[in-house]
Amino acid sequence: MQIYLPIADLPVNMFLILAMGMAVGFVSGMFGVGGGFLMTPLLIFVGISPAVAVASVSSHIAASSLTGALSYWRRRAIDPALALVLLSGGVVGTALGVTLFTLLRSLGQLDLTIAISYVALLSTVGGLMLWEGFGALLHMRRGLPPKLRRSGSHGWIHGLPLKMRFKRSKMYLSVIPVIVIGLLIGFVGAVMGIGGAFLLIPMMIYILRVPTSTTIGTAQTLTLATMTMATLMHAVTNHQVDAVLALILMIGGVTGAQFGARAGQRIRGEQLRLLLGLLILSVGIRFAVELVIQPQELFTIRETGLMP
Amino acid sequence: MPARAERLIVSVSNHRVTITPNYAGEELVLFGSVERDDVAAPPSPYDLVVTVSGPPADFVTRRKEREFGIWANADSRQFLQVPSYLAIFANRPFDAITSDDQQRRLKLGLDHIVLTQRVGTDYADVVATDPFRRAFIRLRTEHGLYRQNTAAVTLLTPTLFRATIPLPAEVPTGDYDVDIKLLSRGAFVASASTTFEVVKVGFEQFVATSARQRALLYGLTIVAMALTTGWLASVVFRRD
Repeated sequence: MQIYLPIADLPVNMFLILAMGMAVGFVSGMFGVGGGFLMTPLLIFVGISPAVAVASVSSHIAASSLTGALSYWRRRAIDPALALVLLSGGVVGTALGVTLFTLLRSLGQLDLTIAISYVALLSTVGGLMLWEGFGALLHMRRGLPPKLRRSGSHGWIHGLPLKMRFKRSKMYLSVIPVIVIGLLIGFVGAVMGIGGAFLLIPMMIYILRVPTSTTIGTAQTLTLATMTMATLMHAVTNHQVDAVLALILMIGGVTGAQFGARAGQRIRGEQLRLLLGLLILSVGIRFAVELVIQPQELFTIRETGLMP
Repeated sequence: MPARAERLIVSVSNHRVTITPNYAGEELVLFGSVERDDVAAPPSPYDLVVTVSGPPADFVTRRKEREFGIWANADSRQFLQVPSYLAIFANRPFDAITSDDQQRRLKLGLDHIVLTQRVGTDYADVVATDPFRRAFIRLRTEHGLYRQNTAAVTLLTPTLFRATIPLPAEVPTGDYDVDIKLLSRGAFVASASTTFEVVKVGFEQFVATSARQRALLYGLTIVAMALTTGWLASVVFRRD
């Protein structure tokens, strides 16, 4: 059934968008990530302009991360103090990101920036996850016990001043790296239209050494806050959030996520990481190919102002 | 020989095209008739050129070039106040209707329509073979927003004609001008014009204007919608 999107100014097949929302929701529920890195490219692929796609997807991620955050909250798997400190950086990062987004859009370099960011980020993160996943899998095949992280190994991160106690995570840590990570995620998320959970979770585990029990819940809380803000800012500055598109995506997303979460529980952690790595890497490669090969159409048109 | 006096009478099938949730393009029909004062005289062979132009808008056309192995937007041109929709129809090829010179003067066809560009500090149209101009027309044509068809005007009788104006799904909203030129044996005889408007109504209009004029409220509504959806899902699917 065709439905007209009032902001994107084009009709789309409602069931196609709903199916895309569900598919991405499934993946996001399975891996515990928002799925923005899949949703935004898919929307661009069906003909929605990158600006509308990025802006509308942020509201879709806000919806699915609230569902996630609520269930982690009930299991007391969220560290409120840590989430709050991350958020203080995230707020600034998101504001900077939306500002850059607006600037790039007027310069005509938004699409390129989004594409390059996707290539750089997704290939790196995907590659690393794949590498690590393979390592862990081989390790297990040889019948060795899973590697344990050495406790008490404190890097330079843990020598920084302004330390603070995070009770729920049982950590005593400087707020500086936490704020910086929050800022980075907020910034990247606003520019690329992704929640950034697939970046945030590894950073929290490997850099901040947050226990796994509180990592995903806290990450989802931060995603919820930054994406809520990003939605609001995109709506106010760029007027590019499409309410109809957002609603269809949300409904598909939250439904798909439930089935994804159930499927994810039946797969082992190492395989899950390997699969996610593969997925992230392939999206990155797809963007890379598009940048490097000569496009069929060298010209693009953008409307800069309609006179009433 | 008596002075020729011909008048054109035209009308479109719908003066107000509304965009509703299930809008997926529409077609308008233009009807017209040539009224002659001297009815007794045998009618001369008539030619008709219909130009439909949508609300003017500014556009930027960008060209990708390879830089450091990556295809990136490099050169760009601004098109100022050009029609966002343009359809040019005739009953036979322009070259058969009139001379090159006359085509240019009467702005018949996509090659002769004025598309103002900003060239440095100057405002001018460029030659029809300009790559940016051609790319602009080609891309608009691919979206069904620019079109030219020299067989789309049907003469039902020597003085009665009809043309179908297709409006694509991505049609811009606003006021449209329909300009009809009557020619005979290569010479301009008369012209007439009519208008129609394309408007978003009801929900579509409400959403589009709210997003622009009440941006904060609109944003807050979207956020509330997202949070409600997320919360509802956690209630509906709750398993613990």
